[in-house]
Amino acid sequence: MSKNNTNNEPLIHISKRDVLPWHKAWGVRALAILAALVVCAIVSVALTGDNPISIYKTIFVGAFGTARKTWVTLQSVSILLIISLALTPAYKMRFWNIGGEGQVLVGALATAACMIVIGDKVPNGVLILIMVVSSIGAGAVWGLIPAIFKAKWNTNETLATLMMNYIATQLVAYYTVVWEVPKGSGKIGIINQQTNAGWLPQLGNKYLLSIVVALIITVALYIYLKYSKHGYEVTVVGESERTAQYVGMKVNKIIIRTMLLSGALCGVAGLLLVGGINHTVTTTIANGQGFTAVMVSWLAKFNPITMIFTSFLIIFLERGAGEISTVFGLNHSFSDILTGIILFFIIGCEFFISYKVSFRKKEKEAK
Amino acid sequence: MIDLVTFIPRAIGQGIPLLYGCTGEILTEKSGNLNLGIPGVMYVGAISGVIGSFLYENSVGAGNPLNGFLAIMIPMVCSLIGSLIMGLIYCFLTVTLRANQNVTGLAMTTFGVGFGNFFGGSLIKLSGADVPSVALTRTSNFFSVSLPFAKNLGWFGKIFLSYGFLAYLGIVVALIAGYMLKHTRVGLHLRAVGEGPSTADAAGISVSKYKYVATCIGCMIAGLGGLYYVMDYACGVWSNDAFGDRGWLAIALVIFTIWSPNIAIFASILFGGLYIVYLYIPSGIDHMELKELYKMIPYVVTLVVLVITSMRDKKENQPPASLGLSYFREER
Repeated sequence: MSKNNTNNEPLIHISKRDVLPWHKAWGVRALAILAALVVCAIVSVALTGDNPISIYKTIFVGAFGTARKTWVTLQSVSILLIISLALTPAYKMRFWNIGGEGQVLVGALATAACMIVIGDKVPNGVLILIMVVSSIGAGAVWGLIPAIFKAKWNTNETLATLMMNYIATQLVAYYTVVWEVPKGSGKIGIINQQTNAGWLPQLGNKYLLSIVVALIITVALYIYLKYSKHGYEVTVVGESERTAQYVGMKVNKIIIRTMLLSGALCGVAGLLLVGGINHTVTTTIANGQGFTAVMVSWLAKFNPITMIFTSFLIIFLERGAGEISTVFGLNHSFSDILTGIILFFIIGCEFFISYKVSFRKKEKEAK
Repeated sequence: MIDLVTFIPRAIGQGIPLLYGCTGEILTEKSGNLNLGIPGVMYVGAISGVIGSFLYENSVGAGNPLNGFLAIMIPMVCSLIGSLIMGLIYCFLTVTLRANQNVTGLAMTTFGVGFGNFFGGSLIKLSGADVPSVALTRTSNFFSVSLPFAKNLGWFGKIFLSYGFLAYLGIVVALIAGYMLKHTRVGLHLRAVGEGPSTADAAGISVSKYKYVATCIGCMIAGLGGLYYVMDYACGVWSNDAFGDRGWLAIALVIFTIWSPNIAIFASILFGGLYIVYLYIPSGIDHMELKELYKMIPYVVTLVVLVITSMRDKKENQPPASLGLSYFREER
């Protein structure tokens, strides 16, 4: 805006939109993803020197090249989906739980502890039951601690849950040294390799169990959030804590209850990771998915059904970019760069869904 | 007993990256932006500097001596540019496009850490080293130059004068930031933007401008923390993931210091000490596992401090009122 211009209307005017019809909103998102893929292709071409079509092909091959790869992709999707679902109720009430990582880790640790300590003392069925209870319990406790602080003293939950992550990591590191096999190796190795005690049963093949669990949780959480009284309370607290208080909801109780649920579901992810997939525990078993899940959940606008697609998108890219790095001899962190770029685009496009940009009319300027 | 003359310099060495990150994040948060991308920004700052000095060392050639001025300026400028770009991405998304700050920050961290490890890995491959790291000892020697007479001053020299210039710069930057926030008009405006953007807007302060500038400068300061870590503390050796979770710790420190850069100087050194104190606690050879528990100390302390500051609930100890919220003028 120059001063000698008598026209004081700004060049760009931004206003809030009414709710955009869903097909238009998804159109904007699809465009953003498309634009992101183009940028990713440019980056990949610049770094690999290959043509973009073959890069997309490599991405696809990485995710679905063989039957085994497809199953692994689906399994990874299901784990990420469970963690994202776990965080969702907390986010719906604006409780920024970035402690998914730690909640998964303690769940995993509790599972491993049961397998190691009482693996050969009780029958397998009882052992698995104990594992389920203890992993869910451990995750729930890890979610409960920051929730109590938040409810009682309004402690910043983002940082409290973040610190809980590192405490969990060190706890796992401690037990890794305690239980390491062989001594001095710094890792636990496959637990109960001979007896298979505590290994979760397989459904058909070894990948299907986590997928089924993930789908069950998706549907259950969808119903819980949409149709139950609890779900309604969570939404009200998220929209306005004051309103919730005025209508007589016990906000503290809701916060604590929701975080218990959030942590417990993360514990399930830990249970599946140790009991069903890896059969061991390491400090990196959650692999940053506690953080990725934040974005998955937010991208899906906290809708459990949409989350299937968003977690799929992230895993697809991750595995595809992993394949690119193997084929072209690049570093594995390449996938993080691509994921980052795509996230920037999707985050940015939300603006065009909730706001309208109008430019100053040309005729007025001619005056 | 802990040998303080060796412990304190190491604690300070660990503390300086935290101090940079913390000062940067305080400025950012004072403008109402909660930048969870600081860990990523620090990685980008570090790797940009590494790339700069790698290219410079290679262009000079193995036998020829390096020009001291260029050897310091090239990595520094690269690092500042790298972190500035990260800051601009964050501001564009959260200030101009009003995106959710938590999600944007986490995406920045994913991107930044990936960026650092990717280019770090590529450089390692380019240099053809046997170990998974790039050693830029020649440039690093310029960064870690300390006062020549420091060695003659015994314990005093060791504790106070044995660091490279970036360490002192970090303290100076923190002092300037502290002064700026408390005693200048710009600082007052910045705090106003963080506390109540609509009030600040009504008073004629450009909210977007303050948010952009504060966040970008904050990112550049944080990026220097990454540069200090690689070039001085790690003696110019970059290995992937070596920087670890220091960025997150820096964000937590902001609360520990109740948004004051002056307190940050002491707090970061204290945390630097906590970070390495496990090396100094005797645990015996057959109880190595206890070391892992001692590594928990900085995080437990942070959590405790976090809870205590929220319990005391004093007005001046609270975060900026609009922290984490984007500002849209036409919204009521």
